[in-house]
Amino acid sequence: MPAYDKVKIARKVSRPTALDYINHIFDDFIELHGDRGFRDDSAIVGGIAMLGDTPVTVIGVQKGKTMEENIKRNFGQPHPEGYRKTLRLMKQAEKFRRPIINFINTSGAYPGVGAEERGQGEAIARNLMEMIDLRVPTISIVIGEGGSGGALALAVTDRVWMLENSVYAVLSPEGFASILWKDAKRAKEAADVMKITAEDLYDLGVVEKVIKEVDGGAQNDFGFTANLIKSKLETELAELTAKDTDTLLSERYDRFRRFGEFKE
Amino acid sequence: MKLLNNIRSGIDKISVENLKGKVTAIKDAIPVPEKKEKKEKPKKAEKSADKDKKEEIPDGFIKCPSCSAVIDKKDLGALKICPKCAKLFRMNAKDRVKAIADKGSFDEFDINMESVNPLDFPDYEVKIKSLQEKTGLKDAVKTGRCTIGGRPCVLGVMDSGFMMGSLGSVVGEKLTRAFEYATENKLPVIIFTCSGGARMQEGIISLMQMAKVSAAAAKHSDAGLLYVTVLTDPTTGGVTASYAMLGDIILSEPKTLIGFAGRRVIEGTIKQKLPDDFQTSEFLLEHGFIDAIVERESLPGVLADILKLHNVEKAGEA
Repeated sequence: MPAYDKVKIARKVSRPTALDYINHIFDDFIELHGDRGFRDDSAIVGGIAMLGDTPVTVIGVQKGKTMEENIKRNFGQPHPEGYRKTLRLMKQAEKFRRPIINFINTSGAYPGVGAEERGQGEAIARNLMEMIDLRVPTISIVIGEGGSGGALALAVTDRVWMLENSVYAVLSPEGFASILWKDAKRAKEAADVMKITAEDLYDLGVVEKVIKEVDGGAQNDFGFTANLIKSKLETELAELTAKDTDTLLSERYDRFRRFGEFKE
Repeated sequence: MKLLNNIRSGIDKISVENLKGKVTAIKDAIPVPEKKEKKEKPKKAEKSADKDKKEEIPDGFIKCPSCSAVIDKKDLGALKICPKCAKLFRMNAKDRVKAIADKGSFDEFDINMESVNPLDFPDYEVKIKSLQEKTGLKDAVKTGRCTIGGRPCVLGVMDSGFMMGSLGSVVGEKLTRAFEYATENKLPVIIFTCSGGARMQEGIISLMQMAKVSAAAAKHSDAGLLYVTVLTDPTTGGVTASYAMLGDIILSEPKTLIGFAGRRVIEGTIKQKLPDDFQTSEFLLEHGFIDAIVERESLPGVLADILKLHNVEKAGEA
């Protein structure tokens, strides 16, 4: 399948959202709001829940399925206070020794005036620096779009997984084509060279697992993909929780340390 | 012109000026604020006006983008400041190291590290090679150990002359090693940032450099060591969203473009023109994201004082 077709599936309005997965996979989800600094960003949802017998912290970037929902969720484009909310919840998880599971589905951090005034760059940077040191197991799953720094801000985790029809990229194919070729219409071509599909990123070692979807995408059989995620999370968390914390942290450091190709 | 085309297609969002002694404006996603008037002129008129002006500027001279005075390049001095209006021209890494490190103290790391093509991106190697020949740089950052006011530190300086200082594997690896060296040797790190952001040709691998460098910065910080960033024009995109904003102390030069999203992207989203001072160092200071704006000539002294205030002993006295 051409990469751009995956982009289209990843962006489908009917595609299951973070809250769909959270509600299906976990029990007793209690949503927690606000960054304690400025406001609650509805593009980010997060809280505490049970995965089987284990209390966990779950966080997601939330898109809407209707125009009304999307306006409320800012089309899944977080502001700095959204990232600061995620950091608050992750530090809380660390305090109470809860594993953290992040569901990523964003075209990117919101490019707006307020976002710049409140330090979008600083908020993302802070997450990258803090997440590498969190003393609990962390897993992130790209369930739709994984757009640039706005996605990475939730993906500095022990494991990064992608759904089969999700994409993860330094920039949208449209943005990429417009920067490199001054022509956003060449997005399809850009998608082909950018290596943004789950399969490509698995080959590059950027993600550890690709989770299957039924033909046409997860919306066609939501339970299938959600159940798969659940069982894989249970297995993986058991393994990660068994590691001593120093090992966990040094493996996480090495996971990101090895990226890059050069000669000297 | 070939170089220009290479850079034009290779860079991420920023205007480039002063290539081979010619002043050339490139419209891009984040124009530097003072170029704004130019952008609003009709395209054709702008082009021919630019062409005429270019022809008027003799070799060895340069037109100040701020006050429009035509200046003998020698008169910019070592600090590259317009003698007429005090506009700060962009400094390359070599000149910056010379201006900041004590004379002869800079011991450069990883001199021979250079890019490969991790995603097999079409023509990336060709672009790198031609830029290397034209700039004399291997890639967009210099790192090394030096002293400032006699006090030792690890210094990293990015260079906008090489693919707009974009963050590829080489920049990420060199900065990561610089942090690791500093952690091991209990030294402070000072980084001068200057970048259009991610390096598009390295795609996701470029994005991963943000995490890699930030992780190394975290380890350095965990060891109780000092990290200072000096944000210089322009600092944008993925560099802003990673190590630029992670300094214990964040300094900037006056009138520096600093931001995450590009001006044109934001204007396209909100369907409004942004004010001229948006995303300048003054704007960031007002909003609480940098500690201080420091004049270019004062930077070595201020950095030396910061090292002193963090008990970094003078070399030979430790």
